[in-house]
Amino acid sequence: MTYKQYQIGGNSVEKTVAIELRGITKTFGDVVANKNVDLDVYEGEILSILGENGSGKTTLMNMIAGIYFPDAGHIYINGEEVVIKSPKDAFAHKIGMIHQHFKLVDTFSAADNIILGEKCPKFDLKEEKAKLVEAHRAENEAYENYDEAEHPGPLAYMAKPKFHPEKETKRKLALMPLVGIGRRIKFNWLAKKRADVVQDIANRFGFKIDLKKKIYDMSVSEKQTVEIIKVLYRGADILILDEPTAVLTPQEIDKLFDVLRNMKAAGKSIIIITHKLNEVMAISDRVAVLRKGEHIATVNTSETNEQELTEMMVGKKVSLNIDRAEPHDVKNRLVVSGLSAVDADGVKVLDDISFEARSGEILGIAGIAGSGQRQLLEAIAGLYKVKDGTITYFDPAKDDAPVDLRSKTPVQIRDLGVRLSFVPEDRLGMGLVGNMDLIDNMMLRSYRKGFMFLDRKSPKKLAETIVEELEVVTPSTHTAVRKLSGGNVQKVLVGREIAASPSVLMAAYPVRGLDINSSYTIYNLLNEQKEKGVAVIFVGEDLDVLIELCDRILVICAGKVTGVVDGRRAIKEQIGLLMTKTAGDVDENQMSIDDLHDTNNDEGGEAL
Amino acid sequence: MFWTFLTSTIKFSTLFLYGSVGETITEKSGHLNLGIPGIMCLGAIGGCYGVRSYIDSLGSLSQMSGFAVVLVGMICAFLFAALGGMIFSFFTVTLRCNQNITGLTITTFGVALNSLMLSKIDKTGFYEAGRLFSKGIVDANTTDGLVKVLFSQSALVYIAIAIAIITAIVIKRTRVGLNLRAVGENPATADAAGISVGKYRYLATLIGSGIAGFGGLFFIMDYLTGNIEYGIDTYGWLAVALVIFTIWKPNWAILGSIIFAALYRAPSYLNIGFTEREVIKMLPYIVTVLVLIITSIFGRKSVQPPAALGTTYFREER
Amino acid sequence: MRSVTGKESKFDAFVDKLKKESPIHIAKRMDAPKWLPIVIRIAAVIVAFLVCAIVTVFFEPTAFGTFFTEMFRGTFGTERRVINLFWEAAILLLIALAVTPAFKMKFWNIGAEGQVLMGALMSATCIFYLGGKVSEGGLIVLCLLASVVGSAGWTLIPALFKAKWNTNETLFTLMLNYIATALISLVITVWVKSGSGVVGIMPYGHLPKLGGQDYVLNILIVAFVTVLVWVYLKFSKHGYELSVVGESINTAKYIGISVPKVIIRTMIFSGALCGVAGWLLVNGASYTISTTIAGGRGFTAILISWLAHFDPIIMAITSFLVAFMGRGAAQVSTIANIGGSFEDIATSIFFFIIIASEFFVNYKVKFSFSHSKKKVEGETTENTSEDDSSDAEMMSDTSQTTDSEAQTNEIFDESVPELQTCQSSEDRTCDVSTQNKEVTE
Repeated sequence: MTYKQYQIGGNSVEKTVAIELRGITKTFGDVVANKNVDLDVYEGEILSILGENGSGKTTLMNMIAGIYFPDAGHIYINGEEVVIKSPKDAFAHKIGMIHQHFKLVDTFSAADNIILGEKCPKFDLKEEKAKLVEAHRAENEAYENYDEAEHPGPLAYMAKPKFHPEKETKRKLALMPLVGIGRRIKFNWLAKKRADVVQDIANRFGFKIDLKKKIYDMSVSEKQTVEIIKVLYRGADILILDEPTAVLTPQEIDKLFDVLRNMKAAGKSIIIITHKLNEVMAISDRVAVLRKGEHIATVNTSETNEQELTEMMVGKKVSLNIDRAEPHDVKNRLVVSGLSAVDADGVKVLDDISFEARSGEILGIAGIAGSGQRQLLEAIAGLYKVKDGTITYFDPAKDDAPVDLRSKTPVQIRDLGVRLSFVPEDRLGMGLVGNMDLIDNMMLRSYRKGFMFLDRKSPKKLAETIVEELEVVTPSTHTAVRKLSGGNVQKVLVGREIAASPSVLMAAYPVRGLDINSSYTIYNLLNEQKEKGVAVIFVGEDLDVLIELCDRILVICAGKVTGVVDGRRAIKEQIGLLMTKTAGDVDENQMSIDDLHDTNNDEGGEAL
Repeated sequence: MFWTFLTSTIKFSTLFLYGSVGETITEKSGHLNLGIPGIMCLGAIGGCYGVRSYIDSLGSLSQMSGFAVVLVGMICAFLFAALGGMIFSFFTVTLRCNQNITGLTITTFGVALNSLMLSKIDKTGFYEAGRLFSKGIVDANTTDGLVKVLFSQSALVYIAIAIAIITAIVIKRTRVGLNLRAVGENPATADAAGISVGKYRYLATLIGSGIAGFGGLFFIMDYLTGNIEYGIDTYGWLAVALVIFTIWKPNWAILGSIIFAALYRAPSYLNIGFTEREVIKMLPYIVTVLVLIITSIFGRKSVQPPAALGTTYFREER
Repeated sequence: MRSVTGKESKFDAFVDKLKKESPIHIAKRMDAPKWLPIVIRIAAVIVAFLVCAIVTVFFEPTAFGTFFTEMFRGTFGTERRVINLFWEAAILLLIALAVTPAFKMKFWNIGAEGQVLMGALMSATCIFYLGGKVSEGGLIVLCLLASVVGSAGWTLIPALFKAKWNTNETLFTLMLNYIATALISLVITVWVKSGSGVVGIMPYGHLPKLGGQDYVLNILIVAFVTVLVWVYLKFSKHGYELSVVGESINTAKYIGISVPKVIIRTMIFSGALCGVAGWLLVNGASYTISTTIAGGRGFTAILISWLAHFDPIIMAITSFLVAFMGRGAAQVSTIANIGGSFEDIATSIFFFIIIASEFFVNYKVKFSFSHSKKKVEGETTENTSEDDSSDAEMMSDTSQTTDSEAQTNEIFDESVPELQTCQSSEDRTCDVSTQNKEVTE
């Protein structure tokens, strides 16, 4: 096997390349997810893949893990070109990926999950027979050549080779199939101590986990550990972790990082997909930055800093030419203060969030996916349980009288006369019903009007208006929305929400997955609403869009507000840094890398 | 009196035991086979036709061998019932149909076929065959006490208990069982781990149905000693209830089936009126519902139905 | 010896190839023409009748010729038979209508049999205790009320547990069927002291005969209920809410529907209709009560509702076909001397074939015996692709379909040598045509 030798940076350290990507390209329809990506991963290193949402990190890694197949390009493992068509192939090349959603059977113990699906080692009868014959022949030979004089001592007879007569060999050969069956039965039997074998592997890598515990009794971080052990147990040498820290608490992250370092020490190559800069700095040896599907650069972590990485990640400012009018008649419409919420596992998802949304303004919410944006909007809409804090609406119809919205159901909110529209992130799973036609979907908002029976006339009119004005491409208003393309689905949803003439309009990732034209339609709609005096809340992920569209941008990170910036004066890098900081404000950005390393190591030491 | 009651209760419980062990295996794979009463009927048909052809192949009834007649009956019952399971799996796995409606149709089919086919069969020799089926190690009429309870039972009773115990061990302590449970709990995960969900569901349903089929054979040949006038479907539903009652544990089913059988048999041994009898007959279903409610309210995860029970799995619709 | 091994390995390779390149490819129909499902279903009905005819021959070799004529004679032979046929269809339809709202909500209620029995029991109870003491008209109305309340209450039990503790409703309602049956036996033992278990025809509370015929009023009532349910499902707010709950619990919450409330309300409605069915069976047909009064119609109706995709009009047609099959087969079995339960066999064969036809409505099956190595297929995804990143989803406008498409391909394709991306349904069709081309090659 030929290993390629590479030089890293200026150092003369030579490392073996474990996996090599050359010219990998992947497109989905018209959208390029990855374009001509070259990437090397060395043995015994931790490589971070850094990029914003939509930069193509996960798609790239999925191609190594066999979930997608590249349209073009080559993958080399240990210097040899390989074709990875399925996760099975990836396993055969000792590549294991830990996804964000765990694949575990809840009612099984961790150990059982790890050994699940293990195949019985092949028992080749012919081969085994040949082995037996050979073993007997060798021993007989040794017996004949054995010279007792060479081995003195009273216990020498014990080491003396035995002679196997032909009869014995024949008998054993005849019984060979039974041995095969026996092994199968033995393999099939789940010994009580099966957990110990797995536990040993876990201990070797320094996992602190009881593998006899049932999955349903485990925390998210424990489940993740089980997934990692599962991959290791199957003998993976290259581990890919897809945003492993997204679901973990800081202490758990430290533990995870220790485990990753142990695995690195054991010679494994580890790739972690992330968009958190501090983690990149803390854990990785090198960082590969992707932006809009392209590989920007791979740098040694020790030779870079967060500022530089952010610049690479967000890129130069791109002008989008979104018309932004000056806000007029600005009044507080929705005031949130000290809002906190926890998820089903008791993890804080919103932590003391305060802000105000003003009429005639677009308030952008920036943040890495999963920082609490969804929960925040749902809490305001009455769909997510609030633990602490207040949500106050100032009713324009009643001379801006305050209305308390906290812990109200959506129906109660509407009955209070609050005109709140919400375009949720999950369009077909929440905002619309995929199997219903346009008219029935329009009715979701209006069906309560009238007595007993549905009024389909006005929804039909509305559907027709939306189709016409927003240029929705659909065979008719009787088509199930599931059959429309993403952009058209979104137009239907936003159109419906706007038709309710809201005074507050919340939109979560309204342009996700949309082409340029549809995106601009949505921007224009939001701007129109703003000019009508609506308080618009826009959760976005493209910083260029946020900066050009929004009047103010609220940046949140891990459920906390890390800053509010003026959309007209905001700088991309500044927002990027706010998004990735767990605490503090802009001024603290210049914390040195060494400090970061130290703190992490210290905390890690304490945690374990 | 008590020993006679216990003996006949254990004998009767075998019917439920076969049905519920078979259904448990099936449900562990995520298949809610509501066709089990029909499949037990198919087993009865198979068994009867097997015995019929065996008797026909003999010169006279006196040549009948107990071992051979039981064996032939069991093989035929298994094959016929497994055919029912095959139909069920074909519809739900291959054709991806709804399990409830497929199961209900199989029940209608099996029950109807049972009463039709068995009304056409020639019953000569069935009584003698039935005697051979129900023969115990000791004669039930001459002994009493624990010896009678334990040793006067017929071969099919012992086989039922053996199957229940083996099934429990296989499910709990082998990789095959582990994989089977994974398929029933979380087919997507099982699939990702390289376990063929379809194969496991097919096999579990085939074997489970075959075992349930023994119940049909037992009922006609052993319990009723070859009298084929009665239908099995009501008892089939009790077998389904028993699966819930024993929270999907075949070893518990041994005890559970005895409890069910005792409730069913008790009225004939107690000096009570018709109304009270009906109340007692209702009890198995009521306790089953109670078990279902209690497990859902307080239920730890380990006593829940298999999580994927009743759902059709194919990759693109996860 | 060597040559044998060679053959073996060749054979193995062949088997491997077969395993890898399964000749049967199954894919979900995306944009089937509207007429296709109808044609498939009509074909299925025809096949079902033919199969039944063949099965009849299996029992009675001379019966094939007479099968179809007897089917019609048994159903349309006399005026009486026609009314019987329509009554049978009507009662099946009524129960099917009753279970439909629940099914549409994805509440798998298989307890219709028990719910009908409870309705019947309540009605019979009224007749038993009040018969002769109140006026006939009053008694009938009282019976109806009692049936509706009793049956709705019975249905409410599993609904409450489902709404509150998510108790498995399929198993729960199944068990309730047998509790209801046992309850009837119990009540009968109270009423009939002799222990015979048979309640004779009760002289009170008979529904009036319209035009001197039995069942005519019953059929009219069912027709009325059909319209009612159709309107309820299609035009009422309740019907709309329950279909939203059935489609997506998240959407229901988003627009502020209280899911437990809808579950309970719908189940009460469903139970009330079962009660009407029980009332019709007692007051309009058998004038007595027994454990077999519902006669398995509760289960048959579930099949009908399901196969009609919860559409009341298709349900009416299906009910009619099932009733026709049952009555016709009963006549055939009398003439050909097959045996009493032949009608059930015929009905279940009918159902088997219709259930199977649903597969062909929803999926297309492609056969390709091409051994060409270069097969163009969709991209390979494993079942993990649900997790595959917001990245990919964001990148693509058509990502919604991408995933399902990709997985559709995956199901039959684990190891295709060369792969190509395929995105939208248009791409898919081109993909299909490519493949067909190869087959012809």
